[in-house]
Amino acid sequence: MAKIKGAIEVDVEKCKGCGVCIPACPTDVILLAKDVNGKGYHYAYMENPEACIGCVNCAVVCPDGVISVYKVKVA
Amino acid sequence: MDVKEIIKPENLVYKKTKLMTDAPLSYCPGCGHGTAHRITMEVVEEMGIWEDTIGVAPVGCSVLAYDFMNIDMTQAAHGRAPAVATGIKRVWPNKYVFTYQGDGDLAAIGGNETIHACNRGENIVIIFVNNGIYGMTGGQMAPTTLPGMKSSTSPYGRDVKTMGFPLKMTELVAQLPGTHYVTRQAVHTPNAVRKAKKAIRKAFEIQKENKGLAFVEIVSNCNSGWKMEPVDANNWMVDNMFPYFPLGDIKVDGELVK
Ligand SMILES: Cc1ncc(C[n+]2csc(CCOP(=O)(O)OP(=O)(O)O)c2C)c(N)n1
Ligand code: SF4
Ligand code: SF4
Ligand code: SF4
Ligand SMILES: [Mg+2]
Repeated sequence: MAKIKGAIEVDVEKCKGCGVCIPACPTDVILLAKDVNGKGYHYAYMENPEACIGCVNCAVVCPDGVISVYKVKVA
Repeated sequence: MDVKEIIKPENLVYKKTKLMTDAPLSYCPGCGHGTAHRITMEVVEEMGIWEDTIGVAPVGCSVLAYDFMNIDMTQAAHGRAPAVATGIKRVWPNKYVFTYQGDGDLAAIGGNETIHACNRGENIVIIFVNNGIYGMTGGQMAPTTLPGMKSSTSPYGRDVKTMGFPLKMTELVAQLPGTHYVTRQAVHTPNAVRKAKKAIRKAFEIQKENKGLAFVEIVSNCNSGWKMEPVDANNWMVDNMFPYFPLGDIKVDGELVK
């Protein structure tokens, strides 16, 4: 069976660190960075990138629309 | 597999629609207005109607919706969006016309406009973002504020004996023969967002068929007004707002559900 691998790209400077994407992720990929962006927000990032399945849940709930999602099938 | 091998244009499965501008949203972190804007624009994009859609922004936090939605828009005086939309739609019956309004705008100062536009059965879509408070002006009590809920003008909680009961505008307009589709949705989880988007799609399809007014309430959060962290606010909304404002369709094909 083909395995699905996903990854997200966060527009760091536009992320507001609200954390709404975190409980939306079924595989606990996302956390807020200790570091902050130019506006002082702890932006979202992939803490467990290998667990991402590209389901787009995080992007769908992100109020600021700052998440892009990518997905590939690996044989 | 390296992340760099996955993040390539050919593997893209989701990205913000081009019908949202690149202007950073003026909303507080976690505010549902952004999600409600985005799914509305996704529907307009998916229906291919962006050149024929005109939105009417309200007064409230979403007063600047015209800066964020990359389509033709105007902005109405407080509460008057349904009247402005009525005028636009009657002059341009082939355009898709929608209003986007908060609960203070739609249920308080604009209560009269809302009821009469619904009763006339104007062929417009109303998107009603209910966060139970006046967000923009500093968290004052709205007609939709819950019993016992604290706001800057009900610091001891809304006392229904003197301040009345929360107004269920959506149930109210569902009683009017002019409304064809009336529903209540939310945007706090991926599933809720997907359902809300389907409802907005249905609302625009109804306008295409000239069937009457389609009214989509979105129960949302106001983290700043409620004085909560975004995720806590969403949980509070589920526990407190949803029992009073239950999600689901209220009127479908001109018939009350249940
Ligand atoms: C005629 C008039 N009266 C009062 C105001 C002040 N005012 C601005 S926004 C607002 C309430 C907005 O609340 P709501 O519609 O719930 O929007 P939210 O910010 O919560 O999304 C009020 C009373 C105004 N701008 N114009
Ligand atoms: S939901 Fe969006 S804005 Fe909020 S933390 Fe996640 S990526 Fe950032
Ligand atoms: S795409 Fe799905 S699995 Fe990947 S981070 Fe987002 S919610 Fe998690
Ligand atoms: S004040 Fe409330 S409604 Fe306004 S942007 Fe902030 S959270 Fe959203
Ligand atoms: Mg409000």
